[in-house]
Amino acid sequence: MIQYILRRCLYAIPLLVGVNILTFILFFVVNNTDDMARMQLGQKHVTEQSIQNWKQQHGYNLPLLWNQQASSSEKFTKTIFFQKSMGLFILDFGLSESGRNIAADIKQRMWPSLSIALPSLVVGLLVNISVALMMVLFRNTYLEFSSIVLCVILMSISSLFYIIGGQFFIGKLLKLVPISGYDTGFSAIKFLILPVLIGVVSGIGSGARWYRTLFLEEVEKDYVRTARAKGLTETQVLFKHVLKNAMIPILTGVVVVLPLLFMGSLIMESFFSIPGLGSYTIDAINRQDFAIVRSMVFLGSALYIIGLILTDISYSFVDPRVRLT
Amino acid sequence: MYTLFLTIFILFLTSCDVSQLNNPYPPNKTGKSILYSSFSERPNHLDPAISYSANENVFIGQIYEPAYQYNYLKRPYQLEPLTATKMPVIEYFNLQGDKVDGRDIGSIAFTDYTITIKPGIKYQFHPAFIEANRKLRPEQIAEINALSDFDQLGTRELIAADYVYQIKRLADPKKQSPIAGVMKNYILGFDEFSKQIGEQSVSLKNISGVEVLGRYRYKIRIKGKYPQFKFWLAMPFFAPMPWEAEVFYQQQGLSDKNISLDWFPVGTGPYYLTENNPNQRMVLAKNPNYHEDKYPSEGEAGDKEKGLLLDAEKLMPFIDKVVYTLEKETIPYWNKFLQGYYDASGISSDSFDQAVQFIGDGDAKLTDTMEAKGIRLQTAVTTSIFYLGFNMLDPVIGGGSVSARKIRQAISIAIDYEEYISIFQNGRGLPAQGMLPYGIYGYEENKAGINPVVYDWVDGQYQRKSINSAEKLMREAGYPKGVNPATGESLVLYFDTTSVSVDDRPRMNWYRKQFAKLGIKLVIRATDYNRFQEKMRTGSGQMFLWGWNADYPDPENFFFLLYSKNGKVKYGGENAVNYHNAEFDKLFEQMRNMDNGKQRLEIIQKMQSIVRKDAPWVFGFFPKSFSLFHGWYKNVKPNLMANNRLKYTRIDVKERELKREQWNQAVFWPLIVAFIFFLIVLFPAVRAFKHRAKETVQ
Repeated sequence: MIQYILRRCLYAIPLLVGVNILTFILFFVVNNTDDMARMQLGQKHVTEQSIQNWKQQHGYNLPLLWNQQASSSEKFTKTIFFQKSMGLFILDFGLSESGRNIAADIKQRMWPSLSIALPSLVVGLLVNISVALMMVLFRNTYLEFSSIVLCVILMSISSLFYIIGGQFFIGKLLKLVPISGYDTGFSAIKFLILPVLIGVVSGIGSGARWYRTLFLEEVEKDYVRTARAKGLTETQVLFKHVLKNAMIPILTGVVVVLPLLFMGSLIMESFFSIPGLGSYTIDAINRQDFAIVRSMVFLGSALYIIGLILTDISYSFVDPRVRLT
Repeated sequence: MYTLFLTIFILFLTSCDVSQLNNPYPPNKTGKSILYSSFSERPNHLDPAISYSANENVFIGQIYEPAYQYNYLKRPYQLEPLTATKMPVIEYFNLQGDKVDGRDIGSIAFTDYTITIKPGIKYQFHPAFIEANRKLRPEQIAEINALSDFDQLGTRELIAADYVYQIKRLADPKKQSPIAGVMKNYILGFDEFSKQIGEQSVSLKNISGVEVLGRYRYKIRIKGKYPQFKFWLAMPFFAPMPWEAEVFYQQQGLSDKNISLDWFPVGTGPYYLTENNPNQRMVLAKNPNYHEDKYPSEGEAGDKEKGLLLDAEKLMPFIDKVVYTLEKETIPYWNKFLQGYYDASGISSDSFDQAVQFIGDGDAKLTDTMEAKGIRLQTAVTTSIFYLGFNMLDPVIGGGSVSARKIRQAISIAIDYEEYISIFQNGRGLPAQGMLPYGIYGYEENKAGINPVVYDWVDGQYQRKSINSAEKLMREAGYPKGVNPATGESLVLYFDTTSVSVDDRPRMNWYRKQFAKLGIKLVIRATDYNRFQEKMRTGSGQMFLWGWNADYPDPENFFFLLYSKNGKVKYGGENAVNYHNAEFDKLFEQMRNMDNGKQRLEIIQKMQSIVRKDAPWVFGFFPKSFSLFHGWYKNVKPNLMANNRLKYTRIDVKERELKREQWNQAVFWPLIVAFIFFLIVLFPAVRAFKHRAKETVQ
């Protein structure tokens, strides 16, 4: 397995280089270095001299990808791409264009993102599985039919509606929790109740229906019929046998998103004033802060690759038929 | 058993304090003199040499103290000493170095501003003032994660050299000060210093025109006469900077932890920054070293009646702490304001109708709900202007030809900005009659102040000219009903904009309709910000929307926007329409060097007449700011020039606590009802399931 993991890590390097080049090209197709300087220097009294000074100070006075004036390997190394992107491979994210340390910012912002994303995932998973099992348990009753209708309704509502509606009903009318905000430690709990609740409720529709499909597929299998023939009750069949076997696709689906939980959620964090990473990239794009954009795209790609590797590993754990070679 | 549980549950609910469960602040902060405010966009810079945005001035305006400030209550805006003992002593010199009279503009080669500051003013406590903290070893730096990790804090007295040091920082190209380009034209030796300093520390060289005359006195020599320079002296750019701060923050390793001068200011002001997390919260606390500073005892007429002089002669600041929380969305912010968790609020378009109603004569008034909560509304015309600009280099609508001018005049009449303000601004604006907004010297009201090209004076009010007048102008320009007789086709004009979102579509359609009144076909060219700026720089745009927010309350800061030597294409300046009129330029050069008086006023009126006639802009509107304040927030008066308003304001903590408790009683019964409903729904299903299970067994 170690060999497999090493091989996958090596495969990741060209992928990350490719992502880096693509990000670089896309960013500089839309913006040039003069545009970036103007954006950072503000709108008033910006002179050509100050633009040149800014570029020199921030290392944007070099050619983008190829330095014709330089000699030998410097043709490649004395370029904006090399100077700005290579550090990422040793996780040196550098400074943002406004002078803040990106690694320190990421380290600070990823925990609030995680504090909302992780409970939402865990609670959501438990609730969705419970609802799905209940639908299977009560299949062919009015409860299953009305649950499916409810799930379709819940799926059809925009996530923004859940957020604004939740804030209005629970925060404004019932006044049970703060409408928005964040704090550290245990004080964060009162701020997380509402976003987690909304995250869970908004995900029930799609989640419960998906898990119901998985469970229904399982309940038709031969081993379930055998279990019933043995005289097990329906609840024993569902919780002891069906749930265990249906966990394989559930687990692999969850593991792949685990690393990405650090990246946060744009809308949720915005509305609840959670100081996470959700809006970090979007804000950077709006401010033409290339340093942050490249760092976040790199980090997102790396985490996604890690997620895929973890999925493969977890698959081998839960399904003995799978071998990683 | 069930009854017992129910009784315990009810007892639990009734014994709990269910007030303010939704309080976003820690319970130990209750009852303290803390102002709660917010910011929607993180500040980029808190270094006074670099910072130039209103959202940054909110913070640094309370921390750094320039030598002068705007009087909080008096209008029109006037400067007064802050750390200075008196207004600057201004002396004029000719090229030979002899003193000359200030009115003899022709012979003035230099102006000296001599400033004396008060002794005994001290900086906030800061680690930079301890020598050992400026010589940290790498292993010591490794253990530091925040400024609060330093055990030893120090302070020292403010001296004149700190002001001079800051001016040198403005000239340092490494700092990228946005006003360096402006100041090099005025401060003697500024440009030379910028060119010579290179990678060296600014301590090693001097600017020839900036001199320390003593511990508490310094002098700035500027080229020629520039009366507006005094306004710059009241801006954070000219606040003092202790050299120790720069040495401290330059230590290798601190910036890796985002501990830099750009993020942690060091000042003498009423507040200092205790928490700096621009992603979540910024906290200012009262500076224990703050010098004696008393609330003004005089204001303008009516201030006393409004209770604005109740704290006269009392020592400031009144508020102990200010917590700014990042709130990106307006809806949660607004709801928290209504719950009393924010002390003040702007009014977004979402909540405008809930907060404000217009009465008979167009005056804004709070709705009954807001009044019942004791909320107060304050409105003020900002010292800003939004306009539609015509690129004067354009062959169709630009230039000084009679035809082009008449088209511009006709468009000025056709675009009904009164309607625009009503639809898109919720009435928050004043139609502009010229370049100068209300409150700026030279602004005139009533008949004398109207733009006669666009408006008539009817029954004591200005009235936009009829569309017939605009059509007549179009005929005279050679485009009857907007059609070019030579081609038989409608005149097509291009409108460049960065308004590309779906929300902007109604606004763009409105502009199309305004042009259609004259038979002109308007083509909207929506583009991204970079391309738009490029079009402006190269002069390839035809019409566009633009705005200006005054740096200081002087007409020069508006008229320079049409001075030909500030042309965008030729000089990269702020004259975005590239307007060039020799007479206007001549008058501008005269006016900018003059002190306020009858002669200056006459010139200003002439300049207004020229631009009204030439119409390089469709004078859009002066935005009106609407702000809401809770009744417990005292001493609030709109002052659009002052950055340090916070120290004047006061919170009635008792009243706030009372109202918060009253407004925030938690409501539980809907949850209980929902739970009972769930049980009712579940019960038959459980019964059905049990019945089925039994059947299977059978």
